[in-house]
Amino acid sequence: VLKESKRAVNSILVDDDDEDEEDVERVSWSGEPVGSISWSVKETASSIRSGSEQSFPKIDTTPSLSKQGSGYSLSSLFKGNLHDLSPEETVRRMQKGRAFSLEKFRSLQDKLLLLDEAVAVYDGNVITAVLIFLKKSLSKEILFRELMARDVALRHYVHYLKEMGEQKLLVELLKALGRTEDMALMHYKEHLNIKDESRRRDFLKSCLSLPFSQDDATHVQDHYTLLERQIIIEASDKKAVAEIFKKFPRKASILNMPIITTLYYSCFYHYGESEGTFSSPSNIRKTFRISEKQYILTALGARAKLKSWFDVDSLFNTKNWLGYTKKRSPIGFHRVVDILHKNSAPVQVLQEYVNLIDNPDLKLGGALKYKCHDIVINTYRDLKDRQQLIVYREKLERDSPEYRKIQELLNNVQIRWKN
Amino acid sequence: ICFALLCHRTKLILILECQATKTCRKYVDLATNTDNANVKVLIDPKQFSRNEANGIIIIDKLQPRDFHILFVPRRSLLCEQRLKEKGVLNSFTNIDEYILDLIPYDGDLLSMESESSFRECYLENDQTSLYHAAKGLMTLQALYGTIPQIFGKGECARHVANMMLRMKREFAGSQTQILPVFDTLLLLDRNVDLLTPLATQLTYEGLIDEIFGITNGYVKLPPEKFAQKKQGEGGKELPTEPKKLQLNSAEELYAEIRDKNFNAVGAALSKKAKIISAAFEERHNAKTVGEIKQFVSQLPHMQAARSSLANHTSIAELIKDITTSEDFFDSLTVEQEFMTGVDTDKVSTYIEDCIAQKDPLIKILRLVCMQSVCNNGLKQKVLDYYKKEILQTYGYKHILTLKNLERVGLLKPQSTMRNNYPTIRKTLKLWMEDANEQNPNDISYVYSGYAPLSVRLTQVLARPGWRSIEEVLKMLPGPHFEERQQVPTGLHKKRQPGENRTILVFFLGGVTYAEIAALRFLSNMEDSGTEYIIAATKLINGTSWIKSLMDSPEENLP
Repeated sequence: VLKESKRAVNSILVDDDDEDEEDVERVSWSGEPVGSISWSVKETASSIRSGSEQSFPKIDTTPSLSKQGSGYSLSSLFKGNLHDLSPEETVRRMQKGRAFSLEKFRSLQDKLLLLDEAVAVYDGNVITAVLIFLKKSLSKEILFRELMARDVALRHYVHYLKEMGEQKLLVELLKALGRTEDMALMHYKEHLNIKDESRRRDFLKSCLSLPFSQDDATHVQDHYTLLERQIIIEASDKKAVAEIFKKFPRKASILNMPIITTLYYSCFYHYGESEGTFSSPSNIRKTFRISEKQYILTALGARAKLKSWFDVDSLFNTKNWLGYTKKRSPIGFHRVVDILHKNSAPVQVLQEYVNLIDNPDLKLGGALKYKCHDIVINTYRDLKDRQQLIVYREKLERDSPEYRKIQELLNNVQIRWKN
Repeated sequence: ICFALLCHRTKLILILECQATKTCRKYVDLATNTDNANVKVLIDPKQFSRNEANGIIIIDKLQPRDFHILFVPRRSLLCEQRLKEKGVLNSFTNIDEYILDLIPYDGDLLSMESESSFRECYLENDQTSLYHAAKGLMTLQALYGTIPQIFGKGECARHVANMMLRMKREFAGSQTQILPVFDTLLLLDRNVDLLTPLATQLTYEGLIDEIFGITNGYVKLPPEKFAQKKQGEGGKELPTEPKKLQLNSAEELYAEIRDKNFNAVGAALSKKAKIISAAFEERHNAKTVGEIKQFVSQLPHMQAARSSLANHTSIAELIKDITTSEDFFDSLTVEQEFMTGVDTDKVSTYIEDCIAQKDPLIKILRLVCMQSVCNNGLKQKVLDYYKKEILQTYGYKHILTLKNLERVGLLKPQSTMRNNYPTIRKTLKLWMEDANEQNPNDISYVYSGYAPLSVRLTQVLARPGWRSIEEVLKMLPGPHFEERQQVPTGLHKKRQPGENRTILVFFLGGVTYAEIAALRFLSNMEDSGTEYIIAATKLINGTSWIKSLMDSPEENLP
């Protein structure tokens, strides 16, 4: 019985094929005599577009039986006309990669039903396809309004616009949604695609008026200012006129470098310049509100690299309220010593700073590590640790001044050793 | 997934949805540098500066060929749309899809290898990959039977379960007549446990991934240690190509050591060396022809074992160089301090120093995120300080990344809600002081003390069940739920005494090798009664994970 009905249906539908419905090829019908009729529409697409069943080995989890439900009507099926399918049917077909037609969804209500159905099945492809259709067939304002009430569809739409590079529309949408910060960041992100520094600078300038959060607004402002100045510095330094550029040729351009790197560069090549110039460390420090700690660390690194021990010294000089010069450091002196050592500072220089280390353990550790003999000896003397002095003496050259110093101490009867 | 179709000097280059931008660039260069007048570039190659490349199509009008598109894993309407807009959609003879949802990486491991899944789900609120996960699970059920019990924790887990149930309803007519293999499915959102991927993994395989990166079951290693030492050859040139090795359980030695804590690997390798030596020594005992023949027949196996041992000894040496470094020790110490709640409310001097030394940005981000997660958000002052230091040292453009990290909850200001992490840690025993690295008795060995939260939840689910930790579950994000699916009568699994339950754990957003090791440990525990199969949207480590949240990572290379 089934075969006969099948043939009958096919013969009816063959007529419909003659209508100018180019998407429908053949329709087969198989049914089940179980109370209500359930049927399937199976379509074989011959070439160009779809066709997901044949070529590759996979388990076909899409069944030949589709959902039983009120959305189906026998008449629409026999018409074989894609234009008469309900939202549910259309969405099913879209899911299965079969031909579909969305034009029949003319009224706003129909379109929204279609969208809601697409969202319900949660297939990203289908949701996107429907959104593309809505984008073409609805005014911007209406689409935005409807999307705002449909979170999932909205997210997909944002993703779609991002993928298609529709910046302008995306920005408008975000604005309409009140997601102004997102909009600002998204716009700002585009600067990464601009290679030419002048154009990038101009672009950043255009970002300044965007509705960033207060923090981000400051950062974007800094970014623009920095790049603007880097361009000026680069233009001048590229000519490499000054002596220092010949002695220490630049390895890279300063453009687009982070601020700390720029500061280091400035401390290296432009140290001591007046605050009036863009390239001076003091100008950079002030303009970009660099913390004392960061400034000293960076300047230290640069001046130590150049072995300008005098400059290093000046970094730590402060005048206390009585007018006396004192050495102060926002970073521990043990770290200063490490950095100096990395730059091959001579022992006398290292010794000076080891002496400034507050913490006695760190101080002793530093002295031992960097062979600041006097400090070691003095420390053990102050600790009245005779044993350690003896041990340390063995590390020294006989007859060296330090060796003799230890001898003297050990022979000093007035010292009350603890061991 | 990158799909490139062609070879040099032919006229059509098609690259779709490229994630390996370098490969795309190579093809673009090839195409644009050809001086064939028939080659026409239709899409601006400058678009490759973005992370997700678009496509480039060059069609030679004079010599038309048959070109097909294969979408992997699924057709993308967006892609077709783009092709349509460029007017080239009709140039293709056939458009098809090769459905590749869950890829088996090993006997107990499946991955979708969807790099952007975490970002899409938790940052962009685009849950398309979850749809694919659901589809993958339906395929799995078609092959291995309906899974009778589904547990889940998290928003995404809820979505996937809903989709599965819906898909099942739609296929109501066709019931699979297969005896169910899986007893339970556990769906876990990655954001239920944001801490674990941030920590440095300490298993052998985990460290290989952290240091060298395992891609598609392969690792590329610096070649020096793998140079063949041929006798009599002095001063041989060292190979410059990285050594590529395949890593999976088919290699006997690797299967033995991959999930061990790295500190236990040395002993295992020694033991193996002795066994292999002894086996080779057997040749002295082979007297009769029969015995010699037997020995010779074993040779290939023994040689393979020896070469495997040599490789892993070299790898272990490479890893040891790093794990014995002062920096590694300091970094690990800070991680463990954060995990045990020490000083999470102030600026860490170690992190400060690392920034000052311009350590790789991702290292910094992992640490500050860890501090934030363990503190349920950082004090505003601390957060502002870190942000300023990072932006000044690495560049202002990173405000984008910092925003992303805040959105997914990795690096955020402290809210008024109290920090539940200490409670969670205590209740679930996440920190085990005396973790035994050599002969572990608890999953915490994979991080030498820290038990991955995700695996602990899995462990408790199996025994004694989630009812015992209701309060803690409520502290973790997202709903938790249980669903049951009808299994046709007669197909109910009658479990024999002593037979294990099989639980499929699906990580939505990524899983680390350490977590996999921990789950395998649970499977192998005596009288655990459970066997775990692991599935995930992606195999991740802290670095690849954070990278996926950065905008324009190529620019961010330190």
